[in-house]
Amino acid sequence: MKKQPLWKTLCCVAGVAIIFFLAWLAEETQGASSMLVTVLKKGAVYALIAVSMNLLNGFTGLFSLGQAGFMLVGAYTYAVLTIPLAKRQAVYQYYAGGCITVEVNFIVALVLAGVVAAIFAALIGLPVLRLKSDYLAIATLGFAEIIRAIVQWDSLGPITNGSNLLKTYPTFKTVMSGSTVLFPFIVSGICIGIILLLINSTYGRAFKAIRDDEIAAEAMGINLFHHKQMSFVISSFFAGVGGALLAMYQGSLQANAFKSSMTYEILLIVVIGGMGSVSGSVIASFLFIACSEWWLRFLDNVTYINDFQVPLLGSGFRMVVFSVVIMIVVLFFRQGLMGDRELWNLKIPKRKAKQEVTKA
Amino acid sequence: MSLLKVTDLHVNYGGIDALRGISFEVEEGEIVTLIGANGAGKSTTLRTICGLVRSSSGRIVYDGRDITSQNTQRIVSEGIALVPEGRRVFDNLTVKENLQIGAYLRKDKNSIESDIEHVYTLFPRLKERNWQKAGTLSGGEQQMLAVGRAMMTRPRILMMDEPSLGLAPLIVKDIFSIIRQLNQTGMTILLIEQNANAALRCAHHAYVLETGRITMSGTGEELLADKRVQDAYLGTK
Repeated sequence: MKKQPLWKTLCCVAGVAIIFFLAWLAEETQGASSMLVTVLKKGAVYALIAVSMNLLNGFTGLFSLGQAGFMLVGAYTYAVLTIPLAKRQAVYQYYAGGCITVEVNFIVALVLAGVVAAIFAALIGLPVLRLKSDYLAIATLGFAEIIRAIVQWDSLGPITNGSNLLKTYPTFKTVMSGSTVLFPFIVSGICIGIILLLINSTYGRAFKAIRDDEIAAEAMGINLFHHKQMSFVISSFFAGVGGALLAMYQGSLQANAFKSSMTYEILLIVVIGGMGSVSGSVIASFLFIACSEWWLRFLDNVTYINDFQVPLLGSGFRMVVFSVVIMIVVLFFRQGLMGDRELWNLKIPKRKAKQEVTKA
Repeated sequence: MSLLKVTDLHVNYGGIDALRGISFEVEEGEIVTLIGANGAGKSTTLRTICGLVRSSSGRIVYDGRDITSQNTQRIVSEGIALVPEGRRVFDNLTVKENLQIGAYLRKDKNSIESDIEHVYTLFPRLKERNWQKAGTLSGGEQQMLAVGRAMMTRPRILMMDEPSLGLAPLIVKDIFSIIRQLNQTGMTILLIEQNANAALRCAHHAYVLETGRITMSGTGEELLADKRVQDAYLGTK
């Protein structure tokens, strides 16, 4: 691994600190319920989920569409384990208070959310990862839908509360006094940092080798299945943690929200940010959330200018615009915002004094 | 004792008999070449030796040990390296990262840097391209990288699948001089070629493969002089 010069490391640390400070400042000045703070919180959560998907789709070249399923597993694990015992009777009102009688600390629950999602991934990976590209996508998409149906199944009600809401678990508002925005930033920051370390390790290089050419990677002695499984499990771990964060953000939880359209939203973020760029995914997450929650909200509202009704604007039009955007990106900007470069590796293009002519 | 000995190897590929009982030997320090037309089973032979394809019967003995149907990781770490057909470098990784992937299975992490330097002295062109993505290299440079990547596994035997494929005649000449040069430093080489002329000229031993069987064998010069080889593969008539 290439040794980073000290000043570069310091710059990165300083950059992260400034971002955290700005997020904190935004909440101090704008208030916790302002649009900006909402976007920052949800953006941070989506950044983690998008980066975890990018690890799988962009860095290992496995086209998986199961992200919403693993988020669901993580979110439910978190919520079920952290609802205060005193409030279970009210939450599980149709299931006699539920059958789980433990309550764990929210930090432990966040880790467990990842672990349970990872266990699911390990089991599913055994049969599914032997499939190639499109078939893998279909199989993982199927898994996500199945897990959503199972969670809503009435017989599991004492654990999952069926299709009813889970609520009263610790949220961003309650876990950290004074700031709701710092907690998602810290957790996402740590997780994305771990993923970055992984990507720059020998394992990460092996992932990229598999993405570029499976046969050559195998001929170099890289165990394809072992590495795919590893990438899948790690990606799902962080998707699980991300799902738990999303549950914390929402304040209440229902399986119905984790539809395949959620996976597509994340895929859109990954593609816009650039397959194979962590910083691209992070930037695209905040942009996407800002657009969908804030800047492009007006597309969904029926608008009048005097007596004239603006055509097309109305419920659902926002999604039409997003669909068009993804088509344009795929057709004309396949590289996305960042391609496979990272923000900290961007070079200012230097003009070379006549390139050396090399005979090929 | 020969370094690599293949005995009566059969391979069945999706219902087709790709290899129907081939036997050959590679002595340490030699260049051995298999020549033959498309579909004769040359690539299958190499892929079977390094464990990417399963054999249905027969034995592969390397350095006195039976390595038939071992997994690829084991075979690569024991010292058999494959330079795959069509180069297959990792396009989106830099030249250096490609070389590092070659050392993936090695435990002696400290000597990797010095081995990369060694590859760079063999191929100074690669050093100039150190931070460039492999996909942006020319065909000849990619072939050098593929060879360098295989060298990073510290092999005792280097198997090359059609190294001259799709390269300009001048570069083909370079590649064959690299093969000779590697051999002079003690590397054993098993070479597969459609360019029979050039391959036979540098080979100590050669075998002719036809539809899954070995039909002729001898030293490189013997086969070069053989009338049937001349007619079928050298196009001298």
